[in-house]
Amino acid sequence: MDAAYQVDGKTIAHDEEGYLTDIGQWNEAVAGIIAEAEGLPMTAERWEVVNFLREYYQEYQIAPAVRVLTKAIGKKLGPEKASNKYLYELFPYGPAKQACKIAGLPKPTGCV
Amino acid sequence: MSAFEPPPLADEVELAAPPALVPGAMAHSRPYVAAPAHNQALGFPAERVPDWERRAVEKLGELLERSRALRVFLDSCVKCGACADKCHFFIGTGDPNNMPVARQDLLRSLYRRHFTVAGRLLGRHVGARDMDEALLQEWYTYFHQCTQCRRCSVFCPFGIDTAEISMAAREIMDAIGLGQKYSNEIIGKVHKIGNNLGLPEPALANTLEGLEEDVLEQSGAAVKFPLDVHGADVLLVTPSADFFAEPHVDGLIGYAKVFHQAGISWTLSSHASEAANFALFIGSYEQMHKIAQRIRQAAVELGVKRIVFGECGHAWRVAYAFLNTLAGPWDFLDPAYPVPQHIVEVTHELIRRRGIVLDRDANAGKTVTFHDSCNVARASRMGDAPGGQFVLPREVIKAAVPSFVDMHRDTTHDRTFCCGGGGGLLTDDLLELRIKGARPRMQALKEVVEQQGVTHMAAICAICKTQFAKVLPAYGFPMEMVVSLHQLVGQAIRLG
Repeated sequence: MDAAYQVDGKTIAHDEEGYLTDIGQWNEAVAGIIAEAEGLPMTAERWEVVNFLREYYQEYQIAPAVRVLTKAIGKKLGPEKASNKYLYELFPYGPAKQACKIAGLPKPTGCV
Repeated sequence: MSAFEPPPLADEVELAAPPALVPGAMAHSRPYVAAPAHNQALGFPAERVPDWERRAVEKLGELLERSRALRVFLDSCVKCGACADKCHFFIGTGDPNNMPVARQDLLRSLYRRHFTVAGRLLGRHVGARDMDEALLQEWYTYFHQCTQCRRCSVFCPFGIDTAEISMAAREIMDAIGLGQKYSNEIIGKVHKIGNNLGLPEPALANTLEGLEEDVLEQSGAAVKFPLDVHGADVLLVTPSADFFAEPHVDGLIGYAKVFHQAGISWTLSSHASEAANFALFIGSYEQMHKIAQRIRQAAVELGVKRIVFGECGHAWRVAYAFLNTLAGPWDFLDPAYPVPQHIVEVTHELIRRRGIVLDRDANAGKTVTFHDSCNVARASRMGDAPGGQFVLPREVIKAAVPSFVDMHRDTTHDRTFCCGGGGGLLTDDLLELRIKGARPRMQALKEVVEQQGVTHMAAICAICKTQFAKVLPAYGFPMEMVVSLHQLVGQAIRLG
């Protein structure tokens, strides 16, 4: 298994599941590479989610609860998008884990 | 991971064919190994110790000294076969190593070799094996295909508890520097931050404020989600998934509405912001003790009178069976209440004396069934009568919804099947195993969905809820089918 992403000639290490080892190495190009590996093109909607996750993480050192994310996306993209179902359409493996991976954040652990 | 299909389901539980035997079917399924830092945070060797074969035998000897039960379990199997087809992982995979007797034999063979006369003299001829790389790899693979649910022990005429054997094997592996990433990383987070998620206090406070806003908006009532409130009567200890995941958070809203309507003062703690105690899964008494101490520290610090546990299966086992020895004595708490209490006990009693009022119409259209969580069903009790852990949750659900249906009797009460994600296996690297292991529960669910119109399955365990949300779609059910028990209660409490 690859232990690193190759981005613009740079080697960026990740763990067994593709989460960045050092979140400081994240940039938009890395996000694009990770998303591609997940089979998800980075649309404007996905960027909204990824950007919100990163903002929240900077303030709280953890990804937001799914409900917090849902509310925030509703505010940005319209109330009809404020649902778990919509987030699963964007990130089929689950918004918490898959979007965190693309955002370069650690994987949420525990019974989630 | 190789491509795989979920096992097929029959129309009815009693028409389900036994699995075809497929030797080695799950030999490839192994969780990620803990990194040195994960092991060191728990005081385990960072990586494989040089003389690990000898150390493994020595550690087994220590465990036998500490637990007479373990020796009895290893001595008393007569290979009668009663357990063989009782494990959800055997039913879901057909791998003969997932027969409980075969799983036990992985440890029993080393025990025979070093701790019985026959094994010392006759070796392989009496099923004795030396510790070597091949045996260790079989341990790592198949002791991480046991959710420690103890269903097999219900059917064993000697009561041999495979969970104890799997815990011992994992403890030995930790002692030689071969830990499992998922469990060990999480336990380290509890020591460092206070919960499995790694949710720091400011994030927890922010999440709870958000819930207060949501409930106010939806119900018009100022329901509080208090954090670190000194002098509250009740300390609620709940799995951190209740702050984060769906449908868990709807259960948390339900607890808050119960306390609100009953007028009970309560608080969460940012220090003890986790009910789960994953040390149970790795068999480590020392780690279990260290985690449980946080609850004591929080209770003392906040000056509470009662401790109530939220919906978490193995946490309730640890709390119900061990809290006093791990973190007692609790003589500073109000003697009028049991220590600890389960939130279902609290809600049940309030319904009985009309301290809260539920409106079934708020759940109109739902036909609900109940998944007995393994650790609640087979390792604990609720209320003061035998079988209360089966009766109380059902009575609470029946008070909250218009229609309740039980699943097949071979899959409920003490015969319940594990969700497939318990015991430290709720990790993405074991997804194939988790989907296959859910087969018997999905089979029983299918029957009541098709024959009795069940729309929802309630659970009282964070692991069960996450596991079902993940595996239900693999079997063609919507993930929203799984609900928190207190989600139904919260819905049925009309406020404002």
